[in-house]
Amino acid sequence: MAEFGNPDVIEEEVDILMIGGGMANCGAAYEIMQWAKGTDLRIKLVDKAAMDRSGAVAQGLSAINTYIGPEQDPADYARMVSNDLMGITRDDLAYDLGRHVDESVHLFEEWGLPIWKTDENGERHDGSQGLTPLKDGGKPVRSGKWQIMINGESYKWIVAEAAKKALGTERIAERVFIVKLVNDKNDPSRIAGAVGFSTRDHKLFVYKAKAILLAAGGCVNIFRPRSVGEGTGRAWYPVWNAGSTYTMAAEAGAELTLMENRFVPARFKDGYGPVGAWFLLFKSQATNATGEVYMVKNKALLDDYPPYGQAAVPASCLRNHLMLKEMQEGRGPIWMDTVTALGKLRETLSPREVKHLEAEAWEDFLDMCVGQCGIWVGENIEPEKKNSELMPTEPYLLGSHSGCCGIWTSGPTDVGAPTEETMAGVPSHLPSGWNWGYRGMTTVKGLFTAGDGVGASGHKFSSGSHAEGRMAAKAMVKYCLDNKDYTPELDTSVEDLVNAIYQPVRTFLEHKDYTTAIDVNPHYITPKMLQFRLQKIMDEYVAGVATYYKTNEHMLKVAEEKLEMLKEDAEKMRAKDLHELLRAWENYHRILTAEAHMKHIQFREESRYPGFYYRMDKNFIDEENWHCFVNSIYDKTTKKWTVFKRAHVDLVDKSKLFKPAAH
Amino acid sequence: MPTFVRTDKCDGCKGQDRTACMYICPHDLMKLDKDGSETGHAMKSFNQEPEQCWECYSCVKICPQQAIEARHYADVVPLGGSVQPLRGTDSIMWTIKFRNGTLKRFKFPIRTTPEGSIDPYGGKPEADMSKIEEPGFFNHMEQNGYRAGDPSELIRK
Repeated sequence: MAEFGNPDVIEEEVDILMIGGGMANCGAAYEIMQWAKGTDLRIKLVDKAAMDRSGAVAQGLSAINTYIGPEQDPADYARMVSNDLMGITRDDLAYDLGRHVDESVHLFEEWGLPIWKTDENGERHDGSQGLTPLKDGGKPVRSGKWQIMINGESYKWIVAEAAKKALGTERIAERVFIVKLVNDKNDPSRIAGAVGFSTRDHKLFVYKAKAILLAAGGCVNIFRPRSVGEGTGRAWYPVWNAGSTYTMAAEAGAELTLMENRFVPARFKDGYGPVGAWFLLFKSQATNATGEVYMVKNKALLDDYPPYGQAAVPASCLRNHLMLKEMQEGRGPIWMDTVTALGKLRETLSPREVKHLEAEAWEDFLDMCVGQCGIWVGENIEPEKKNSELMPTEPYLLGSHSGCCGIWTSGPTDVGAPTEETMAGVPSHLPSGWNWGYRGMTTVKGLFTAGDGVGASGHKFSSGSHAEGRMAAKAMVKYCLDNKDYTPELDTSVEDLVNAIYQPVRTFLEHKDYTTAIDVNPHYITPKMLQFRLQKIMDEYVAGVATYYKTNEHMLKVAEEKLEMLKEDAEKMRAKDLHELLRAWENYHRILTAEAHMKHIQFREESRYPGFYYRMDKNFIDEENWHCFVNSIYDKTTKKWTVFKRAHVDLVDKSKLFKPAAH
Repeated sequence: MPTFVRTDKCDGCKGQDRTACMYICPHDLMKLDKDGSETGHAMKSFNQEPEQCWECYSCVKICPQQAIEARHYADVVPLGGSVQPLRGTDSIMWTIKFRNGTLKRFKFPIRTTPEGSIDPYGGKPEADMSKIEEPGFFNHMEQNGYRAGDPSELIRK
């Protein structure tokens, strides 16, 4: 019988493997079964958690941040995405997402997600009042140009129910963590399978697949977080997003893009509660210690970064930039003036509406960030009586929220995207234009991605990730039908794969009796200590909170050396049980993602995202030389990165952002 | 906080191999201490890695005994407050107690359809395989949500 140290090895062959059970793969699961009907395609979804509460939407959400609506154009959306990410995004990907995304939002409402509505008198109602659905012209409550408010505690539960029913339980494996992809024996540029293990039973899994949709989220906890005790877990983005998407893709040879990009959200301090509804719905302002509104006071700083600072809504990083000036010059803390905002709203509202408003403010946190309420109750903060602090967080890497790192992905063919690369230096085996046959496919044949995996787009959020998964699903069916005669063969023996996955367990069993204290042993390192080392390096040298997000080429050089040794030591991680084996592999994924981030920052000789990070030796934006993508590939044999430029092209007219009439 | 499990309420999900909280935790934190060797409380679950807890409340909401609560992060938050939900099939009720004793209650809808009632493809068209390479999903415009866009916006087309 299988036991710890002696697991069963289960080999399975499918046509399509979906890795991850978040919004993107829930979308893929829903879409794929209709296109696969009548084919005999074998399909499987694996999730390291339970689909009902996995991924970034596990806790719920209080808003859907991407809803185009009938009155806006996908081109407007692509423009907003571009400007918020400092001009360098793929318009083809953003535009394509913009035209598809509302189809998913309307389905969510049909499935039972309550969406707030505005009635004919302009009054707001929660989503259970039976008002006209969006599909039939119902008016959502906009908390911003692109956002709509929802009662979203069960958002993921609902979306997962549809996905699970579409797939059927026999096609789903939960609590299986995929840790490595495997290339094809006869064609190293093709994907052939993936390997992982159960976190519940002593079982290792070796999957062969023709097509794989890798959508396992972004990357959290590579930087030392601001809270380092129990509060370590209170990351802004889900703490279980471990960079698995980027690392597994890179090791399989997929081209990454804009890995220098990061997101540093300015949020309610310590609890990381959302600020969107406070700024946009409740019209609150953020101030320095003496009540000065830094967005007004420091407005001139925006002129240092034309044209991105001059849009009606300046890029997210620039808003941080204006806040950081106050903090660094000693005028903190930064306050969200909830008292004034709610006071003003009360002046015009009836007592019933005031009560509703208070509930709305609490629901905003309770739906998606209960931890923030924990801080409010512990510190006796009632928002109408006491203001709350804001703070920029530790950095996060992701491709679906206000960030755009990720994998270089094939886009749509009908929006005017380039078909040839004009920048010299791109390795010759990589595709030339922005589309190479299958929507959502990476530069590795058969390997697809969606959600946080797709780089150079961003601002897709929950709804867009679902829609992007659906687009990839459709393309994967086409890919499999076009490759009917292909039979995947793994480039590594099952025995070697098993040994690699299980190494941390073997290391532990071999050496555990050498010392009396289980955690201190010269033959191995615990995943937890390895993570602390990674976070220390990234925080102190790669522009974490310790240096107010500042670095330079010399600091990066030090980080480079330290990360290489860390990568070597990762081979000595131990796992004393299945839970620690999960942590070991998550942290391995974090290291490689962190290394990609560092290499890209090192390569891009400018500071493209002021407020997110500063290269102090190149503290400017250089449009002439660096208005381009920075992409990279990783060689898993030599363990070396190759970093290069790709040309950026606008597919929609960005100058419209900067004309007063456009807003 | 991390979540904690109350010894007086947890019944280990009645001796099953896995508890509801183990099933649901997105970060694999909840663990059933079958023989009491890890906590001194046999057949009750516990949070095995509290400093990795996101306070997502998935375990709190799913626990059939309401045995799980949260004590907010001790390195950040003063003691004495609590935020406790009771999740039903169509709404969730929150009881919020401040450190100073102030009490608030809120109830929010969570779902407009019965749990388990989704019929994913009911009333939907079949996929048209001749359109597999075109934009649009299998149920193109059935939801009235595809935004074709003004073609003149695409300046390179």
